[in-house]
Amino acid sequence: MVGVKAIPSPAISADDRSHEVDHPSSEVAHFGADQPLRLDCGVDLTPFQIAYQTYGELNAARSNAVLICHALTGDQHVANVHPVTGKSGWWETLVGPGRPLDPQHYFIICANVIGGCMGSTGPASINPATGKVWGLDFPVITIPDMVRAQAMLIDRLGIDTLFAVVGGSMGGMQVLQWTAAYPKRVFSALAIACATRHSAQNIAFHELGRQAVMADPDWHNGGYADQGIHPHRGLAVARMAAHITYLSDAALHRKFGRRMQDRELPTFSFDADFQVESYLRYQGSSFVERFDANSYLYLTRAMDYFDIAADHGGVLAKAFAGIQTRFCVVSFTSDWLFPTSESRALVHALNASSARVSFAEIETDRGHDAFLLDVPEFFDISRAFLHSAGKARGLTGKDG
Amino acid sequence: MSVQEVLPLGGLATEQTGHFRADHLLVAEMVKPGSRVLDVGCGDGDLLQLLETRGIDGRGIELSREGVNRCVAKGLAVVQGDADTDLVNYPDDAFDYVILSQTLQATRQPKVVLENLLRIGHRAIVSFPNFGFWKMRLQLLIGGHMPRTENLPATWYDTANIHFCTIKDFVELCDAIHVKMERAEALDLYGRPLRLRLPWWVWNMFGEQGVFLLSRGGGK
Repeated sequence: MVGVKAIPSPAISADDRSHEVDHPSSEVAHFGADQPLRLDCGVDLTPFQIAYQTYGELNAARSNAVLICHALTGDQHVANVHPVTGKSGWWETLVGPGRPLDPQHYFIICANVIGGCMGSTGPASINPATGKVWGLDFPVITIPDMVRAQAMLIDRLGIDTLFAVVGGSMGGMQVLQWTAAYPKRVFSALAIACATRHSAQNIAFHELGRQAVMADPDWHNGGYADQGIHPHRGLAVARMAAHITYLSDAALHRKFGRRMQDRELPTFSFDADFQVESYLRYQGSSFVERFDANSYLYLTRAMDYFDIAADHGGVLAKAFAGIQTRFCVVSFTSDWLFPTSESRALVHALNASSARVSFAEIETDRGHDAFLLDVPEFFDISRAFLHSAGKARGLTGKDG
Repeated sequence: MSVQEVLPLGGLATEQTGHFRADHLLVAEMVKPGSRVLDVGCGDGDLLQLLETRGIDGRGIELSREGVNRCVAKGLAVVQGDADTDLVNYPDDAFDYVILSQTLQATRQPKVVLENLLRIGHRAIVSFPNFGFWKMRLQLLIGGHMPRTENLPATWYDTANIHFCTIKDFVELCDAIHVKMERAEALDLYGRPLRLRLPWWVWNMFGEQGVFLLSRGGGK
């Protein structure tokens, strides 16, 4: 028989993961029956909670608050050690001392999205009505729902206007939704590698990922939590497929080429002969240690439904009519998931709305993931934009 | 065609004019305070900055990311883009003025670009190097090679400027596409306006660059 090596089971038990879901290593804002979250699907979600991290101090004028919106598989642990993986924060390239978002100057907030699995209410949370994990009983959520929940958190924190809302990919969608839904509450918006709607190709990739999860017999129609198991193989395949879309042909070639993994010659098996296979398997198996399979279904669905223009009579410019927010839009040349054409469509709509918008396309071969990596040109423009917006906001004394 | 009167440079205090380029000051003086302006090919944003000191709401388009970065650092709203391909995406009448400074000669389709400028803006301000300038003529006539100057040092094979014209050529284009010239200026080698009432052929000979304030519906 030809040798096969399956994706290994996660090293971390399901118990560790569920602990972060209900008792996150973060601040938690609880919203009771008096404050339901009105969802686009027509359901009032109540009670619910939002887990969030903050960095820096809110100034006396309450004018230096920055909201970071995380991407599909991100979470609130922007610039601290991750409680599950032990790895450093996912955006320490942008957030930290001497970085474009320095906690010395800004009060930086990042909340786990509704539907997530790191402490904000989602399908992995306990449904208080039944005492069991929500699973597929959890209502389908949208990007506007996530942003509505964030606005409730910002209210709770006593902040009227955010100095900046910043995010990439799904986080960028939230940035745009913030400006469309709460234009007066957003002084400046930095939207990176995103789009005003999810493309057919991107919906197709998400469907592939969801079907991979659902095809895993351990998924049990979303009821795996009751069985004490997790469809880690399906979720790992979903992650592997998605991860390819975050990179680029050039980046994969540069990083791996056709090089072999710990061997000179092919083994004539289905073992991970190539480095790129080994890398993808690692990406898949490490992902399932920290992410819930149902949460992945819900969050990819939220992105699929996102279409700002559709919410404004099909005219994108209407979403931003009369907006005073300062925008900076950034795309990356090798990003084929959220290509520059998507950012340009956004910029054209903002121009048509007479919005104050800047736009730059960063040259890199690192694909969609570039916004998470060390790309100096991206930091330069982020720093320049935030600094000049800070001056306009009266946040003086900045050095960066 | 009526020869426009050469107006004195005004409206700016001398302490403000020192660190700005003479051609920028001339352009700024053509723009009414409080208006909305799009600067196509805005470079480092020096002109936009000058305009904002006069209470003008400015936007920019710039080809190079480095230029965009420097503009954004100055707090300007500038979009990375290309005059040839991106102007079509701007709506009609979006701006009071659209400025194209020293860029027309680098576009692939100057005529289309000019038409777009006056579709997007009620007025356009266009400046370009004059290939009828006597030094240019002399280099071709005596030297027998494509002209190069202090301001245009590139050789013919590596220049970005693919559509050179003379002031006379430009005036003919404006007539052909029914563009009205509200004001015309010729600048000397140092960017200073030629302060004399002179016939066109003199401007075409002694103007190192031309600056035109244009509006819709002129010509024959």
